[in-house]
Amino acid sequence: MARSIKKGPYIDFRLENKIEAMNKSGKKSVIKTWARRSTISPDFVGHTFAVHNGNKFIPVYVTENMVGHKLGEFAPTRTFKGHTAKKDKGK
Amino acid sequence: MARISGVDIPDNKRGEIALTYIFGIGRATSQKILAKAGIDFNKKPAQWTDADSKAIRDIINSEYRTEGALRSEISLSIKRLMDIGCYRGLRHRKGLPARGQSTKNNARTRKGKRKTVAKKKGATKK
Repeated sequence: MARSIKKGPYIDFRLENKIEAMNKSGKKSVIKTWARRSTISPDFVGHTFAVHNGNKFIPVYVTENMVGHKLGEFAPTRTFKGHTAKKDKGK
Repeated sequence: MARISGVDIPDNKRGEIALTYIFGIGRATSQKILAKAGIDFNKKPAQWTDADSKAIRDIINSEYRTEGALRSEISLSIKRLMDIGCYRGLRHRKGLPARGQSTKNNARTRKGKRKTVAKKKGATKK
């Protein structure tokens, strides 16, 4: 079920503060974060996040198109390399 | 034969149903359009006057996106998902369900016909 509009989008509080500080000082650095559930707000555009996928941090450069999605959507948690080809082994 | 919104030629059916032959218009939208135009749902397109079909055409053109325009909108939004590399986009790229459905079994609509893999010889039952 979608989140209630009444509450507004969920944006991680600390992440928001960090971005605000960076926007004010004009500095840009990669932000390590575990807050995969945080919505990407318009302020985030142009920053790079290192989003944790449970194993390591995936760099995500935020563009305008990504606003409204969650950070976690850009850091896949599963790796599926396909099934093993059994025919070759049987030879 | 009525010709509304490009190529569609629905004819000898109740107006409410006939309009659903247009891509992007279902029963609900069709009813809304007819109600707004003040035409009885049961009236068949063959019986529509020119004024009726014009009213319908105007409503569809001004308020709804149908056929080609709608199709391109859909493919554009899918393309957007694929371009930003988000999870839903990846699922579209792989041709798998994008809304969290299980793929252990079924999901055949997205995955297409079964690709049978030969069973290993002498495989024992679990």
